[in-house]
Amino acid sequence: MTAECEDWTRGGAGIAYQNCVSCQAVWYFQREFCPVCGAGDPVIRQASRAGTVHARTRVTRAPNEELRAHTPYLIVLVDAEEGFRLMAHGDPTLEIGDRVHARFVDLAGRKIPYFEPADGRR
Amino acid sequence: MSWITGVGLTSYGKHPGRGTLDLMSDAASAALGDAQLERADIDGLVCGYSTTMPHLMLATVFAEHFGLRPGYAHAIQVGGATGFAMAMLAHHLIESGVARNILVVAGENRLTGQSRDSAVQTLAQVGHPAYEVPLGATIPAYYGLVASRYMHVYGHGETDLAELAVLMRRHAGLHPGAQFREPITVDMVLGSKPIALPLKLLDCCPVSDGGAAFLISRDRSNDFAVRIIGTGQAHTHQHITAAASLTQFGAASSAAKARESAGITIRDIDYAAIYDSFTITLTILLEELGLAPRGNAGTLSAEGYFDHDGKLPLNTHGGLLSYGHCGVGGAMAHLVETHMQLTGRAGKRQAKNTRLALLHGDGGVLSSHVSLIVERAA
Repeated sequence: MTAECEDWTRGGAGIAYQNCVSCQAVWYFQREFCPVCGAGDPVIRQASRAGTVHARTRVTRAPNEELRAHTPYLIVLVDAEEGFRLMAHGDPTLEIGDRVHARFVDLAGRKIPYFEPADGRR
Repeated sequence: MSWITGVGLTSYGKHPGRGTLDLMSDAASAALGDAQLERADIDGLVCGYSTTMPHLMLATVFAEHFGLRPGYAHAIQVGGATGFAMAMLAHHLIESGVARNILVVAGENRLTGQSRDSAVQTLAQVGHPAYEVPLGATIPAYYGLVASRYMHVYGHGETDLAELAVLMRRHAGLHPGAQFREPITVDMVLGSKPIALPLKLLDCCPVSDGGAAFLISRDRSNDFAVRIIGTGQAHTHQHITAAASLTQFGAASSAAKARESAGITIRDIDYAAIYDSFTITLTILLEELGLAPRGNAGTLSAEGYFDHDGKLPLNTHGGLLSYGHCGVGGAMAHLVETHMQLTGRAGKRQAKNTRLALLHGDGGVLSSHVSLIVERAA
């Protein structure tokens, strides 16, 4: 399962998360053990890309010249339906509580998750 | 128990040509003079860090430069909470008998010593290098996310946040060392340049050059009778993505430990020195610490509650938002001002009958919390 997961932080077009086989904890930042119970060998899983907007900010002051070309952009924290939270970009109309689904877009030479209203996708 | 025997503070703003060691030296000299102590009296040294002068051993670099040969010296790093964490460490070192007079000092030419982009990028590194920074997230963006959620849950409008920026500027107008002293209005805050909405330029503290220092001592060295009587910390996460909540942070548990160790209640507090990197930071901390009801920090501010002659004087020097923010020294100015208030030296800003202060700082994105209880002894 580990080998097949697409992970945008490693160049893929997907969102990966981890799951403890011992205590069932779910988390986002990858590591070699469970941060809750300490058990080893957590499973890496592919997320559905579906979730709910938890927080949002419209960034107009970018940290560097390359990103300045993309301003303004919306940064969101999304509660994934699998039970972890992630940071991503999103459609400028998104509000807290909106159900969303991610596609992948290019930002400064890498693919990043970009959330849009879930109903608008179909 | 430990005494704060002296404080030193430079003006904040532009100090062209002055480096980290220069600004640290200016503040240290002022603190020594204030405490009526000599270099030879200093047997402990605690420093923070400087983004314009990264070094593995800043404390000994400074000791050599300033002419100290302490028996105890090192640097610590807790982001914006570093200043109060250094005071807490010095307090416990005094209590455990490691040293008799500890110099706590910071300084940085954060404004004129680097480009604006460089400052923004250095600070953004408190974000996660793989999961956050590549998205173009900045410190204001992390706090903008927190602001959106906190305001959504507790019903604050942008006006409520703006009131705190107006308050800090009003206070700074009475301090000759403040970086920004021209009065501002709520409308000016609301109309200022968007940065990471809902945060706008005037919701954000500036980048500054400056230095601050204090002496923490076993014995009194002069007429001042200000002492640290309680301390606490809490660390809940580093990255905002990994925070368990965007509406409840470590401030309450940190301050509860400080109050318990001091044997006081929140109602005893009559001066507040609270970290204010952004208006949302100050709003959340005031409300989580129990100094304002949830949703009401801005309203209380507008009513004069936090004025120097109000019910609970708050950051009477102007805070990070208007006195300025030079990194580690930023929050140390809050402690210096607390000392000025408790020793009756705040001049036009002087509050009446202040005796017991709560100081609270945070580092990262409300990640690391440090609380201090400081009192004027009878």
